[in-house]
Parts: sequence; C-alpha cells; structure tokens
Amino acid sequence: MKKVKTPEELKSLQEEIQNSRDPEKPCITICAGTGCLTYGTQKLIDNFNVEIEKQNLKGKIEIRASGCHGFCERGPLVVINPQNIFYQRVGFDDAEEIIKETVLNGKIIDRLLYIDPLTKEKIFHEDEIPFYKRQMRLVFGMNGNIDPNSLEDYLAVGGFNALIKVLNGMEPEAIIEEIKTANVRGRGGGGFSMGQKWEATRNAPGLPKYIICNADEGDPGAYMDRSLLEGNPYLILEGMLIGAYAIGSNMGYIYVRNEYPLAVKNIMIAVEKARELGILGKNILGSGFDFDVVINRGGGAFVCGEETALISSIEGRSGEPRAKYVYPAERGLYDKPTNINNVETWANVPLIINKGAEWYRSIGTENSKGTKIFALVGKINNTGLVEVPMGITLREIVYDIGGGIPKDRKFKAVQVGGPSGGCIPESHLDLPVDFDALSEVGSMMGSGGMIVMDDCTCMVDVALYFLKFLEEESCGKCTPCREGVHQMRLILERITEGNGKEEDLNTIEWMGKAIIDGSLCALGGTAPNPVLTTFRYFKDEYEAHIREKRCPAGICKALITYTVDPETCNGCMVCARICPTEAATGEKKELHTIDQEKCIKCGACFESCKFDAVKVS
Amino acid sequence: MAEMVTLSIDGREINTPAGTTILEAAKDANIYIPNLCSNEELTPYGSCRLCMVEIAQGKRARLVASCIYEVADGLEVKTNAERVLNVRKLVIELLLARNNKHPALRKIADELGVEETRFPVEQKGCILCGQCVRTCREVVGVSAIGFSGRGITRKVATPFLDFPPDCIACGSCVYVCPVQFIPMKEEKDVRTIINFDYPMQKCTKCGRYFAPIKQLEYFSKTTGLPLEHFETCVDCR
Repeated sequence: MKKVKTPEELKSLQEEIQNSRDPEKPCITICAGTGCLTYGTQKLIDNFNVEIEKQNLKGKIEIRASGCHGFCERGPLVVINPQNIFYQRVGFDDAEEIIKETVLNGKIIDRLLYIDPLTKEKIFHEDEIPFYKRQMRLVFGMNGNIDPNSLEDYLAVGGFNALIKVLNGMEPEAIIEEIKTANVRGRGGGGFSMGQKWEATRNAPGLPKYIICNADEGDPGAYMDRSLLEGNPYLILEGMLIGAYAIGSNMGYIYVRNEYPLAVKNIMIAVEKARELGILGKNILGSGFDFDVVINRGGGAFVCGEETALISSIEGRSGEPRAKYVYPAERGLYDKPTNINNVETWANVPLIINKGAEWYRSIGTENSKGTKIFALVGKINNTGLVEVPMGITLREIVYDIGGGIPKDRKFKAVQVGGPSGGCIPESHLDLPVDFDALSEVGSMMGSGGMIVMDDCTCMVDVALYFLKFLEEESCGKCTPCREGVHQMRLILERITEGNGKEEDLNTIEWMGKAIIDGSLCALGGTAPNPVLTTFRYFKDEYEAHIREKRCPAGICKALITYTVDPETCNGCMVCARICPTEAATGEKKELHTIDQEKCIKCGACFESCKFDAVKVS
Repeated sequence: MAEMVTLSIDGREINTPAGTTILEAAKDANIYIPNLCSNEELTPYGSCRLCMVEIAQGKRARLVASCIYEVADGLEVKTNAERVLNVRKLVIELLLARNNKHPALRKIADELGVEETRFPVEQKGCILCGQCVRTCREVVGVSAIGFSGRGITRKVATPFLDFPPDCIACGSCVYVCPVQFIPMKEEKDVRTIINFDYPMQKCTKCGRYFAPIKQLEYFSKTTGLPLEHFETCVDCR
C-alpha cells in the first residue's frame, strides 16, 4: 500500500476501497476467533478455499476468516452475506454443500440452522438469533465484518474515520473534553474515568509521555480483550493513536500475554501494515504528530495485569506492584507520565469520537456509560462473548442472552468480575449491571468475566477454587496477600475436607477484611471477595460443612457418599462397568451396590446412571 | 530549606519537611509505628504492611503504608485506629506462622496483644521483608541475591540457587536481616555465607585474615586503586 500523507488522502483511499466493493457480492465469513479455531475451523477455511479454487469461483465469492463473533457455544460459525444467513456447528466437509446450495442456488441448509431452544423455531439470520438480538454490539460487532489482517477491510467499514476527524483539526484538549464528557470508565477492572486519566497524564510535567494498552487479561474464563485484539487490532491502534495525540505521547506499548499467540500475531501484522500506510511513524498524515508502538509480550503472570506490575515488567524487572500513592499518570513507565488503559477501553475511543460524547452518554446508567463486553461462561446454554449496554439486568444476560442453565437446572449464583470478583446470588438477579451496583453487592465489574453456577455447585468449593488461583498468582511481595491468602486457602480446604472448626467462621471474616485493608495492590485488596461474598450470601453452606460435616451440593468428596437406590436401580450394569476402582458391583438385572471402602468418589457412577439410581448424600 | 508541612499524628500537630514519609515524621516525633521492612538507608518498599496507618484528608479515610506515604499539609494520621490494629495483628500472626521464635517478632506480637498465631506454624525463618535483597542492590551495588518464585513459594535466593557470581561476601545481607536468618561464619581463611565459601585475604603485614578477597577486588574496581593497596588490613595500612 502506498503511504498516505494527509487525512484527505486516507479518506479517499477509504472511499476508493468502499466503492470497489460490491455489497451484493457473495461473502462467506467464517469465524476464526480462538474459540472457533479450537473446534478445528482452520480446516473448514481451507476446504472453502479449495472448493472455490475447484469450482473456478475465485473473485466471484469472497472467503473471509474473521475475528470472534461471540457465540462460541455454537461454533464453528459461518455467516453468508449479503443475506446474513447464519450457520452453526458447521462441519469441515460442509464447505462444498454451502457453496453449491446456499451461495450459488440460494437454498438454505436446514441442518446447519440455529434452533431457538425456547420456541423450537429455526432461525435463518444472524441478527435474529436471541443471543445477538438482545445485545448492543457497538465495539465488538465489527469483528464479524473484517479479516483482522486486512487493513482494507478495516477501512471498508469506516475504520480510521475517528483518526481522520482528530487530525483534521481537533485540539488535544477538545478530545480530552469529549472523552471526559462521555464519562467512559476503564474496562480493565478499576473503573477509573478515562478522560481524567488522560488529562492528568497530559498535564503532568516530564517528557516523554507513554501510553500503554493493557492486554494482559488473565482472569479464568475471560477473553473479551483477547478477542478484540485478535479480531480487530486496527480498532485498538486507532484508539491508541487518538489517545496518544490527545495526551501528547509519541510512544505506546501493547503489553499482551504470550499465551495469546493469535492476538500477538494479528497486532504485529496490524502495526507493520499501519507503518507501511503511514498511520504509525513520523509525521502521521502530515500532522507533525509522531507515534509508534512496541509490542511487549508478557510471560503470563496474572499480577502483571496490575498496572504498576505491568510497568515493572516492561522495564525488564519482575512483575511486582508498587504502592500507587503517586499515580502512573505522574510517574509511570521509566518514571515518566504514563497512561494505561485496557484493550476494551481503547476500543471505545474511536466510537466516542465518531458519534460524539452526547450520543455515548445516552447509553448506560448514570455513572456507567456505554456498553460492556462480558465473557459469559460456566453453567450457561449460550457460552460466549456478549456486549450489552450498562444497566441491563443479570437476569436478561443469563436468561435472554445466555439462554438459561443447561438441563433446566436452577440458577444459584454468578461470579462477576473475575477470580477476585464476587458471587452474586439469585436474589440479586434483577440487579442492573454497572460499576456501582456490582460494588454495592460485594462484587465488581473487574474485566467482565461472568461465571454462571447452578444448584450443583458448592459455594465453599467455588471460593476455594478462586482462592487457589489467587494464591498461586500472588507475587508474594506483601505479607497479607502472600501469607493471608495462603492461610485462608488452608482454612477453606480444611472446611471442605470436613475438618472445619466453629471459630473458622469468625477467622475467615476477620482476616478477609484485614487482607483487603492491608494488601499492597488490588490483587490482595480484592482476593478475599469470593470468600466474603459466598460467606455473605451462602453462609448456611459454610455452616453445614463445619457443623454437620455435610456438603449440601454434594461436591466436596470428603463429605459425600454415593449409594444406589434399591427402588430405581434396574441392574443395567453401567455403573459397574464405568467404576474405576470396582467399588460399584452387581449382577445383571439385580440391585447394584457401592463398596464405600473402595469408592474414591469420582462420581462416574452418578454421571453415568441413566435412571438416576445413584444418589449422593 | 525544604518546604515545611503541618500534619497531625494521633492528634499531635507536627511540622516536618515536605518529602518526609509518615513513618519518618512519626519517628522524629517519638511516635512508635511498628515496622520490619523499612530501613532509612533503603528506598521504601512497603511490603511487610506492619506500618499501616489510617489517614484522612477531608472526608475519606483510608489505610496506607506509612513507610511510603509522604506527609502533606492537613493530613490527619491515626496510628492506632481499629482497622489499622486489625491489619497489624493479622500481619504479625501471619509472620509468626513463618517464624514464631524470633524476639523481634515476639516483641511486636506482645505490643499488639497477640500471644500466639492461630495459623499452623511452618518454621521458615525468613519473613521476606527484602531488606537483604535491597541492601545488596542499593547499598552494595551488586544485586547478588534476589527473589525467586512467587506467592507463598517466594524465597530469597541466589541466581539459579547456585554460587552467586556477583557476591562480594561483604555480609551486608547478614547484618541487615531483622530476624538474623542468613547464616555467616568465619574460620581462619574462609568466610561462609549460607553454604558458599569465600577465601579471605591475609594481611601482607600482620598476617591476619581480615576481609574476603572478592570484596577487596570490588573495592579496587570501584575506587580505581590497585588491588595491592587493599591487601593490607586497615590497622597496618
């Protein structure tokens, strides 16, 4: 691509690309996000290309491997445009049929359609699927329309319009004012005002100033930043360019974990192409503004998502946080003024510049504006990434978008905000989801992980799981986090093993508060949350474990026994065959029994019994 | 002259130069705040969390590490607020679970009314205050030791747990440790730190073994004076 030297040149390049594209030309979009790729989607993409080659359709049908569409549960996903036909669970060998039948003959392949589990109706179009219909995909929606490695694709959907607008004479102060008016808060966990942060960095004395894109998303189950960086890297670059221009920075860093190979690859390609086009580098679009980015791969420590630890890591030291009594906006990377925002926050910037702060403010609640992407996972029918306006209720997310709980089991809780978020019970299902409402119930927005749990979940076990994660990920610098979380884990472990003591109840609560108060950074400062919230909403489960040595959900191995119900067992022998320790035995068509001495409580018999004859108590 | 600020600590009005930490200001005013990782020769680190205090500026009260937080005009500091004491009690109980014998820890526990830790004790000795690591880096200037592992597996260690090539055997880490965890002994011509042996220099005049050879080499290198200059002990020089 030829270098563009002015905003006008970029605009006309954009128009040239848009005009050259025929909106009626058939386009097969295959989701090539990490979720779909793990289904083996690359093979499907290859098959489509082979088929196009074979049938001499090159140039007549476009094949696009796009970023993540969000509906990971139903992958591999294929969308056929211009009709917007949506196929799900597409097999690798379906390529030929899709091209022949749907693309060339306009016939719908019934078996690939999505069936609404509620109405049992077949749904033809992507935008009519309930999972998408209730979302507001302002930031994430573009993913489906672009090949992340194609700068032309990004331009074709109006990419870099915000950059053009900014470099066509918007003053840095005016940009900051716009971001402040939009009242957008950081999507990475802290929820701090982006505009205020930008302003503080701009006004802080000292040069050079740095900006950083935090792509060190590390919460178990959260992958929205990953999918944005993988699926739409130019959007992030555009956001960063605007931020850098407003703040007065010439140097940006993208700190991305090396466990995200596709994100690393796609952002590297994007940076290279942006340099070739002249939108990164010296004198961008003739504005006199210089900006370039460095991709910094992180080693995968969870704590490096904490901004001061991240800065340490970029500086080449071990990822340990420091006290934030002086903000990075004043003294950050190499002790210079530094602005850090996470991927999703940067992705909101072009949107705000294009559509205006007032429009942006119209979405959301009083103190939480815009949309938020959540990673909806756990015991939920529609696993995937969902982008919703702030203020939507948990119930809408779980039931309308998420399609409810598999096997129609009962909802028990949803862990919002990652490992150090909090478990929100059913009584708060109508809670409007925004920064403040989540904090009020003891949870937090965090990065937007949402793990749904059903009534088969033991809340003590859940708290223990998250605590183990945080214990492992604590950097170990400060005592309350390093030692406190460790000791708390030991107590919880004891409780789940049936060795809990009455005084543990007080200890947990007391030390939880002291860990929060005493820890150096937000990792320790929020680590007790899963324990404290499960304690607050499900104290009876803790009490049952401690006082009655009983796990009400039937999960904690030391506290449960599997038995066979003589009334229901018909002697099918499945449990006897599957039992790894020969504890379950019995003759054909006769009552089976489980030898408690031999039983290791793996639950295989329970899972495998088709007649629900294996009981947990 | 540095600009002076006025703050209150436990209700007492205190004047102190700007840039002072709360811990230093309190010490100057004879107000005791327990601490283990702080050392006036080292950059504040804020890891042990014993020196937490409650501060209020305007309406909002919060806890900060007094060894790092700098004084400001109008700051109201409470060194014994209930939340503060709870953090300190937790911290000392957690540290006693690593080392329930050392008098320095016992003394702080006594002051806080903690008789014994409620947590299972696993004698590790080291309390990970990091004074040794920081002294080696900031005062000695060699960074021969550092931290390895993370979380509960964190340890003070030499690179790859091997003989530390940059160590000059000065023993500063040993002297600075608040719980005397790092063992050092000298037998005639050898100084042993942990289990690493360092040969000592024999004074060319009196014949006494007076300093590790590696330390003298380091002196020679940093001062630019010939090594022979350092091969005589201070008494004979």
